[in-house]
Amino acid sequence: MTEPSLSAAERSGIIRDGLAVGVATGAYGIGFGAVAVSSGLSVAQTCVLSLLMFTGASQFALAGVVAAGGAPMSGAATALLLGTRNTLYGLRMAPLLQWRGWRRVGAAHVLIDESTAMAVNRGTTEGARLGFLTTGLSVFVLWNLATAIGAVAGEAVGDPRTYGLDAAVGAAFLALLWPRLQDRRNILVAVLAAAVALSIVPVAAPGVPVLAAGGVALLVGVLARRQDPTEIPGPDDVAGGHR
Amino acid sequence: MWAAIIVAGVGCYLLKLTGLSLPERVLSHPTVERVADLIPVALLAALVTVQVFADGQALTVDARALGLGFAVVALLLRMPFLVVVVGASVVAALARLV
Repeated sequence: MTEPSLSAAERSGIIRDGLAVGVATGAYGIGFGAVAVSSGLSVAQTCVLSLLMFTGASQFALAGVVAAGGAPMSGAATALLLGTRNTLYGLRMAPLLQWRGWRRVGAAHVLIDESTAMAVNRGTTEGARLGFLTTGLSVFVLWNLATAIGAVAGEAVGDPRTYGLDAAVGAAFLALLWPRLQDRRNILVAVLAAAVALSIVPVAAPGVPVLAAGGVALLVGVLARRQDPTEIPGPDDVAGGHR
Repeated sequence: MWAAIIVAGVGCYLLKLTGLSLPERVLSHPTVERVADLIPVALLAALVTVQVFADGQALTVDARALGLGFAVVALLLRMPFLVVVVGASVVAALARLV
């Protein structure tokens, strides 16, 4: 090991940051639990999604497609497409974290936007591992607790229209999209994708318009010339990551 | 529904593990990176519009659009996620009362 060890102050700083992100994302979990139940999933199905899938945007997507009347497998396909960005995060994080064997198998489960964001800029393997683990584990615990609370509360509400919960789903997707709209190309893709999806709604089965909009990403990605670095989230991009 | 949850859940985990296990150069083709960056943007934008403006196979503008309007304002004002989501619900619910 040629890397200098972290000082006690650095360690506690990294741990504090990770916990703060965990608390902030826990709040999303309440929203997810309520939205998933109002989309027609059971409380058990909602909780298993958070435990097993554990990647927020994909979970919201599955629930959202089902809420719109889409086939569950269309929802699963949308969730998987959204999950591909975690593969890119993994490619970036693997040389930093340098885990092998069962540690890597375990770490993969908490490889998400937040853990990546709070580890990618740490500079040393020790710092990256500490940031990744504290953020990943605190988000995992709080996200699942919050999901259960939100799901039970959502079930108590009953008809999602009563408190406008059906409007919460669109707002949640917009909040997830918002940080990505800082780049002109991304804005263009977002507008095109929205237009494609809306124009297909009247003629296709629910769930299909969203998948078809993914084609816009493919088209623009293949046609574009300008290089840009892979969009790996940083501390400013996650809730609670920047104070 | 359970089958979809298990398939998508296990699939999402395998996507994560694949990323941590492959050498970095495997997916470093610029086109692949661009498409992968743009997929979340396209899917989330489509999810927003379908969620708000579709009712089955019909296109509608109803209380949900007002909720989305609130969400835009709240995001512009850098409000936290829960305020955005809960506020959108409240606006839509109030609009239905009127």
